Amino acid sequence: MEAPTAMGHAQQGNASVTIVVNGRAIAARANMSVAAALMSAEIPCRRSVRGEPRAPLCGMGICFECAATVDGEPLRRTCQIRCRDGMEVVTE
Amino acid sequence: MTTPLRVVVVGAGPAGIAAAAIAAENGCQIRLLDENHAPGGQIWRGYDAGTASSSPHGREFAKWIRRLEASGAAWEADSCVLDSPAPGVLRVERAGRWDDLSWDRLVIATGARERFLPFSGWTLPGVIGAGGLQAMVKGGLPIAGKRVVVAGSGPLLLAVAAALRREGAKIEGIFEQAPRGRLAIVGASLAALPGKLAEGARYRWQTRGVPYKPGWWVKRALGEDRLQGVVVSDGNDHRETPCEYLACGFHLVPNLELAQLLGCRIDAGYVTVNAVQETSVNSVYCVGEPTGIGGLDKALVEGQIAGFAVAGHLGKAAEFLPLRQKLRRFAQLLDNAFAPRAELRALAASDTIVCRCEDVTHGELAECASGRAARLHTRCGMGPCQGRICGPATQFLFGWTVASARPPLYPARLATLAGQVLNGESKPAGITRTPQKPRQTA
Repeated sequence: MEAPTAMGHAQQGNASVTIVVNGRAIAARANMSVAAALMSAEIPCRRSVRGEPRAPLCGMGICFECAATVDGEPLRRTCQIRCRDGMEVVTE
Repeated sequence: MTTPLRVVVVGAGPAGIAAAAIAAENGCQIRLLDENHAPGGQIWRGYDAGTASSSPHGREFAKWIRRLEASGAAWEADSCVLDSPAPGVLRVERAGRWDDLSWDRLVIATGARERFLPFSGWTLPGVIGAGGLQAMVKGGLPIAGKRVVVAGSGPLLLAVAAALRREGAKIEGIFEQAPRGRLAIVGASLAALPGKLAEGARYRWQTRGVPYKPGWWVKRALGEDRLQGVVVSDGNDHRETPCEYLACGFHLVPNLELAQLLGCRIDAGYVTVNAVQETSVNSVYCVGEPTGIGGLDKALVEGQIAGFAVAGHLGKAAEFLPLRQKLRRFAQLLDNAFAPRAELRALAASDTIVCRCEDVTHGELAECASGRAARLHTRCGMGPCQGRICGPATQFLFGWTVASARPPLYPARLATLAGQVLNGESKPAGITRTPQKPRQTA
C-alpha cells in the first residue's frame, strides 16, 4: 500500500473527458463521479436480480445500487469513483 | 521522548476530523482513514478549503481542514476498513490493495446514512435519497431545471431542498411525514440552540414559495423504467405530482458496522460511550452520529472530546460535557420527532421489493418468522450492501434487529480476505487471532 496521500484529492478540475459505457462514448467531466455521469446520461447503473434497471439511491457508497464493472473490475461503487478519460464502464 | 501513541480514526467527517486534529496537536501519531476522495464526510461533501468560505458550513469546514492540515495528521483517501483480523489491527483496502494498520487507540467516526423505507415504485431510477440526490449533485449531476419532489423525514429535507434550489432545481414540494405537532416540539427546543434555529430559518427563506407539508408522505412513485411522478398523501387527500426526481429519505440511521464488528456495546440503536467517548471495548472510542443522530455540532464536540481523551488530556475533554449533554438531548428529540409514523408500514404492497440487492419482496418477508429466517430463506440482507439499506427497513416493518456485523464489512477481493495478519509496523508481539471480546452473534 502506498504511503499516506497528501491532504485532499488531486485537483483534476472540470476538464472534459469521455468515458465508454457499454461500448458507447459518454461525455463527462473529470470532477464528476461515474454515477453522476451515468445518471446524467439516463443510463441505469445495473440490472437487478429480476432485471429491473437501477440507479443510485444513497449517493454515498452504502447501497451498491450504482455498482458496475469499471475498467474490468466488477462491483465498483460508481458514486465513489471519478470519471477518467477512456474509462470503460459496463452496466449490463 | 516516548514513542507517540498510534491513533487510527475511521471516518473523515466533522467528528473524525476534530478527533484527528486535536489528538495530533497533542502528540499522537494519527492516521485518518476515509472511503471518499476528499475529507468532509456527508455534511461537508464537496467543500474545498480554498473556496468554501461563502457559507457558514463552508467556513466551519475551512477552519477545521486548516487545523487538520496544521496538526500533521496523515489523511488517507479511498481507504475502506474491511475487518479487524486481530486485536488492535484493522485491515484496510485501497486501490485494490490491502494493508493492516495497528493502533493503540481507535476512534470510530463512521457517520450515518439515510433511512430508506419501501413504497410502491421506490426502486425506479429517479427515486433517490434526499441526501443522496444532494451528494450526486455535488458529484456533478446537473439538476438545473429538473422538477424534484422532496419527501421523507428530518431536518435534512429542508437543507437539501434549499441546496438543490440554489443549483437551479424546481422543488415541487417538501413532504414531511412527521405530524405538525411533533415539529412544534422541535421548534420550541431550538430556542436553546440559536445556531440551529438560524440555520433552519435560512433554509426556509431559501425555499420560500415551496410548499412545506408536515403530515404528508409519498404513497407511490410512478413510472415504467424511470420515475415520472409521485403520489403524496396525508392519509385522506391524495395528490399526483409529475417530477424527474424524488429525493426521499426518512431521517438518518447510524453506521454501526465497524463498532459491531469490534464488539462495542450498542444500546437502543446507538454505540454506548462513557464521558470521554470510550466504548465498552478498551481504547476504542466512538464519536458523532453512531452515538446519536445529532448533526454537525454534536459531531464536532464529541470529536474534540475524543481527541483530548486519547491524548490523555481528560480535563480538557471534560470541559465539553455540558455542551455534549445539551446536544445529546437534542439528538434524542430529533429521533422522537422524526420517527416514521405507523402508516408508512402499509406503503409496501406484497409485490414491493424490500431488499434491493436480492429483489426480495414484502410478501416473501412477511412469511418469515425472524430476520434470521429471512436471511436463510430469501437472502434478504445477504447482497453487496449487507443489509445496510433493508436492515433499518425490516426493523421498522417487522421489528427485526441486526445485532452483529461480519467481516468483510464490504465486498472485498479474495486476496484481502485470505491475507495473513501483517505484523511489520505492528505491536512487537502478542498479536493473535483471538478477539478482544466475544463478538455478538445474531
